[in-house]
Amino acid sequence: MTGIRITAWLEERIDLWPLRHFIGKKVIPVHRHTVWYYFGGMTLFLFVIQVATGILLTLYYRPSGEEAYESVQFIMTDVQFGWLVRSIHSWSANLMVLTMMIHLFSVYLTQAYRKPRELTWVTGMLLFGIVLFFGFSGYLLPWNVLSYFATKVGTEITGQFPLVGHVLMRLLRGGDEVTGATVSRFYGIHIAILPALTTLILGLHLFLVQKQGMSVPPVVEQAHRGQPLPTMPFVPNFLLRDLFGWFVTIGLLAALASLFPWELGQKADPFAPAPAGIRPEWYFVFMFQSLKYIPAKVGPFDGEVLGVLGFCLGGLFLLLVPFLDKRSAVGEPSPLFRSIGIVIIAYIVIFTFLGYFAPAVK
Amino acid sequence: MRIALRVVCFGLLLVAAGLIRVPFAAAEDACIDCHIALREERLSRPAVKIKDDYHLARGLGCQGCHGGDQTAIDNKAQSHSPAKGFLGKPKRHAIPESCGRCHSDPTYMRQFNPSIRTDQVKEYYTSVHGKRLREGDQKVPVCIGCHDVHAIRAIKDQMAWTYPTNVAETCGRCHGNADYMKAYKIPTDQLEKYKQSVHYEMLTKRADLASPTCSSCHGSHGATPPGVDSVANVCSHCHVVTADLFARSPHKSAFDELGMPACVTCHSNHDITQPSDAMLGGGEGTPCATCHESDSAPLKKAAELRARIEGLSSRIDQATAILTRAEHAGMEIGSPRFELLAANESLIKARAATHSLEVEQIKTDTDSGLVVAQKSLESGQGLLAEVQFRRKGLAASMLIIVAVLVGLFLKIRQVDRRKGSG
Repeated sequence: MTGIRITAWLEERIDLWPLRHFIGKKVIPVHRHTVWYYFGGMTLFLFVIQVATGILLTLYYRPSGEEAYESVQFIMTDVQFGWLVRSIHSWSANLMVLTMMIHLFSVYLTQAYRKPRELTWVTGMLLFGIVLFFGFSGYLLPWNVLSYFATKVGTEITGQFPLVGHVLMRLLRGGDEVTGATVSRFYGIHIAILPALTTLILGLHLFLVQKQGMSVPPVVEQAHRGQPLPTMPFVPNFLLRDLFGWFVTIGLLAALASLFPWELGQKADPFAPAPAGIRPEWYFVFMFQSLKYIPAKVGPFDGEVLGVLGFCLGGLFLLLVPFLDKRSAVGEPSPLFRSIGIVIIAYIVIFTFLGYFAPAVK
Repeated sequence: MRIALRVVCFGLLLVAAGLIRVPFAAAEDACIDCHIALREERLSRPAVKIKDDYHLARGLGCQGCHGGDQTAIDNKAQSHSPAKGFLGKPKRHAIPESCGRCHSDPTYMRQFNPSIRTDQVKEYYTSVHGKRLREGDQKVPVCIGCHDVHAIRAIKDQMAWTYPTNVAETCGRCHGNADYMKAYKIPTDQLEKYKQSVHYEMLTKRADLASPTCSSCHGSHGATPPGVDSVANVCSHCHVVTADLFARSPHKSAFDELGMPACVTCHSNHDITQPSDAMLGGGEGTPCATCHESDSAPLKKAAELRARIEGLSSRIDQATAILTRAEHAGMEIGSPRFELLAANESLIKARAATHSLEVEQIKTDTDSGLVVAQKSLESGQGLLAEVQFRRKGLAASMLIIVAVLVGLFLKIRQVDRRKGSG
């Protein structure tokens, strides 16, 4: 009753008809790949959790080399439900990267990047890059031993970029070394610069998704040639399913945060030797492991520089794939690009596995 | 074409490597060249071993100790010429003086190391080994007995016989050999005993090179058993606080009166094991019981002190165990664990204070430690209670979430059916 009154009150002042009309006619195609449509919404939901818990953490977190660790320790031990907020923030960050990867590769393999959705793909890839940077910058903020050395190694790898590497590394670190200044800088990037960029690009990404609707894979289109695909209304059928998935995620996050609270570790000590077996967050491990296998010198070139350039080229390939894949642009299945996608996924999975289980490479 | 280019490059590398070898090949030495080819192992071994020698690496060859002319290639008469000062194998008793020609000359040694000591030979003759050598005993070690011969390495070299982790074995070659030491009528179990000690464990298993080995207590060049009077001084080099506490205790004058050495009376000498609280009190085999009668007032006091120390130790163990459990359950225990360090410090101080027998000090330390340990224990208990609270909270949340999921599932079925019927 109250809802109707509020809607009527709004209707008197704002014309909600276009919105109601849009929602009313929005439908989702139903076919054997429909399940992949849920991962975009799931990533968005996890992002909202990140924003909410992140805002709560800023109330107590202090971004400096002297206070960062202690403030997180305070959040974990003295702030009411601080442990829960921090653990959910950390776990949902990791789940978000995972769902985003699933979303990215499902879009890739179903060739949803093809014309006319090139811009949606490009904005999605930019968002993926931003999310990885969110993860990289957030990892340092507790200022513990692992995060300190992982950031040291990570920024050193950035320093391998030809020409701009050193400047980029100094820019990231706020000096020659990883110090308290780096914490302050990463904090600024983590809570101001990246959220601002995300808001802009995510807004455009969501606008394009709503404007163009859901893509149907070419194989499905070919199988139903001439016949309309079955659909389901976005509201309420798809939204209810989305909600179902979100509540499962909430349950998963609650269980992970309660049973495996995100640990804090030991405070960073720049003068201490690096602990054995340091590695970055799991989503960077495949790159980290690959760099270990590349020889120090490949011909006249530094192996690490070549590795970093290789990853840049890989990222560039993914970014530009809608413009490279000519067959999908005309609505045909593209086995070559599909195979490349499968190889990339296999490479990421295998090298991540090796990063955790292979014997150390000297 | 590419393969040919690679072959040429590889060939050029080989030629370059060959060229690089030439200067080494040119550094010929009459002594080494000739001796290394001799069939008699006794004569060829020095030429093989000397390649690892510290002196040779600094341009000091065979003639430094043996005389002769090491530049006389293929000319034995010249290289072994007495006119060139050839000595042959130096006599054993002359070896300290032979080494001392350089090592006792500060002006000469300064060019190699300005801060090197040059009193080793002088000190050697104050040692039991040196004194016996002067008396004509040819079995005692001279320089080469401990530093090796022909493959003398710097003491920083981990392969050196005198490297801290190797010293015990070096001494043990003679002192652990019952047949060799028979004439001297001294025990030969020191090495075996030392290997059971906490010092040996620290030195070899924990790589703590500051941990004492034979020469740390007995001296090296001036090796002598520490006398009854000086044992405490030897130990106090490292155990400064403990030695100071003991010097203030009533035991000090009593030990002096009875002619008992400090430290070793209770802790033994070579097989010093990790001290335990069980050493305190009047039980069988405890050091106290060797002098004090059972049921005597000192033993009762010692038992009381032991109970206090064990009480604190046990409370710290309880607190540590409960904090570890909380940590394994994912709780943040940084602060209580840090606080517990203060209790450990009190325990260390109380244990050290047993050397002074200052009962009030021990009570103060154990009492303050107990307060801290109790606080940590309670923190741990609180954390475990928090774990239970979280589990219950999770269970309640899960119930709500599952209820919502069931509701959503039913609603989805309902809207799907509505669409189907429509």
